[in-house]
Amino acid sequence: MSSWARNARVVRALGMRSVRQTFRRPQLIAPIIVFPTILLAIQTGGASGALELPGFPPVQSFLQFMLAGAMVQSLMLAGNSGGIALAVDIEMGFTDRLFSAPIPRFTIVLGRLAGTAALGLFASFWFLAIGLLFGAEIESGIAGALLAIFLVTAAAMAVGGIGAAIALRTGSASVVQGLFPLVLVVLFLSSAFFPQDLMIEPAKTIARYNPLSLIVEGIREPMISGIEVGDTLYALLAILGIVVLGLILSDRALRHRLRVG
Amino acid sequence: MHDPGHRGAVSFLAMPAIVVEGLERAFDKVLAVQGIDIVVEEGEIYGFLGPNGAGKTTTVRMLTTLLLPTGGRAAVAGHDIVKEARAVRASIGVALQEAALDPLMTGRELIRLQATLQGIPTAEGRRRADSLLERVDLSAAADRRVGGYSGGMKRRLDLAAALVHEPRVLFLDEPTTGLDPVSRKTIWEEVRALNEGGTTVFLTTQYLEEADQLADNVGIIDSGRIVAEGTPESLKAELGNPHIQLQLAQGSIAEAESILAPIGKLLPTKDGSRVLLEVENGAADIPRVVRALDEAGIGVEALELVKPTLDDVFVEKTGYHLEDEIEEKAEQEPVGA
Repeated sequence: MSSWARNARVVRALGMRSVRQTFRRPQLIAPIIVFPTILLAIQTGGASGALELPGFPPVQSFLQFMLAGAMVQSLMLAGNSGGIALAVDIEMGFTDRLFSAPIPRFTIVLGRLAGTAALGLFASFWFLAIGLLFGAEIESGIAGALLAIFLVTAAAMAVGGIGAAIALRTGSASVVQGLFPLVLVVLFLSSAFFPQDLMIEPAKTIARYNPLSLIVEGIREPMISGIEVGDTLYALLAILGIVVLGLILSDRALRHRLRVG
Repeated sequence: MHDPGHRGAVSFLAMPAIVVEGLERAFDKVLAVQGIDIVVEEGEIYGFLGPNGAGKTTTVRMLTTLLLPTGGRAAVAGHDIVKEARAVRASIGVALQEAALDPLMTGRELIRLQATLQGIPTAEGRRRADSLLERVDLSAAADRRVGGYSGGMKRRLDLAAALVHEPRVLFLDEPTTGLDPVSRKTIWEEVRALNEGGTTVFLTTQYLEEADQLADNVGIIDSGRIVAEGTPESLKAELGNPHIQLQLAQGSIAEAESILAPIGKLLPTKDGSRVLLEVENGAADIPRVVRALDEAGIGVEALELVKPTLDDVFVEKTGYHLEDEIEEKAEQEPVGA
């Protein structure tokens, strides 16, 4: 077996463990699926009057508009949960088991990210299923659904890189868990739950430069109108930027951890 | 610093299982390991003893490539721990302190994952997992989550995971700490069986009896330095004389000690409830001791001739009892069996 194939096998095994770990620990799966679903239900049920606001983008239903926000909330919390799980591994010494194996140590981070990506994939299917079940339409059809699924999966992995970096640097589950409110702040300062054009300053400017807004719009457009090349490219660039940042920070944190023990 | 000369010159070419030369590790300005030298021959069980904070775990973490040294060098299974770290990791099995197990995984999942990490093909990994689970008597619990295992089951699972790739050198970091005597004995039997099969074992322990029972050679580390090294028998022989341990039925300990002082050398006790008297002639001195106490009207409830133990070696080399350390640790951090 080539070293590439062997490393891919390790990443897959660690990714599967990560997914199993999430589903077996309710406090990890709840923020990814349960909370965004409840918030989606509350917002769709209670705030659909927002559709009447002048300047609100033309959509088939408020649920159709909100689906992208729920998906992004889910992927953000998946990244945070992945970081918490990695920090728990560090605290209980499980990462020592992995570090003492004859594998490139970065495969440990990649395995965790593969697991977070799989959770993003699951979340995208979950929210698309909910949307379709409750009457939301995907304007660009199957291609748009596939694009949304891809962007959610890739973004989950990207955000997971940031979570992993913080976990590796601090080695503390409570520190990573403490970032939960920050995740929500970043989320609400984007266009996840409200159209950017209807925001007031300074939230409007912050949302404009928040890379999360680019990801949200990349996911939302195929659902509410059609696939826009520009929006898709911006979303991909934002994801790429977060991936690169996450990988650099994770690599540095990993080296630091191995140096100081 | 300890002189390793009595166990032969340290040489990377001779390829013992473990060679350590002047190994150091500093944390900021604190030197946790201060230039230690160790040689562990192929097929040996090396017992590494020391109190909390002596540098045992730091040494093991360096030898298992989990921590970079800040000075000196070491080779494990013929590979440099810094320059050939991955080759070292392919040659060693590691069962770390506190059994680093994921409570949400099943025993079978854990061993299969370990097999994958070691690059063992899937089918072979499954076969080895089944075989190892049977070997450590965990087949019935293999599909239960590790969180529900007892302390002894966790240690056995940890040991099985460390063996999945049939390592040349096995590092066991306090494998029986907190276990009940039966579970401890099971682990000892497994370690002996592994060693008989040719595996070199580097065993850190706080239990002197464990080192005495298992180890071919023992190293005692204190404040980051090796303060004694040799076979358990040679270390005990270095101490020389046995001692008589007396439990008094009546009379004061202080009075008994003043009467016995001319006969031998009084030794300190942990709790002051006994008299310990080192004697030159062993059993031949017992009648003298009994007679002296009898003449003073001091009754003896129990008397025992005690030959030097590793605990005595430990006291001699470090100035305190290792058991006191364990008790203190147990009071601070109770560990369930």
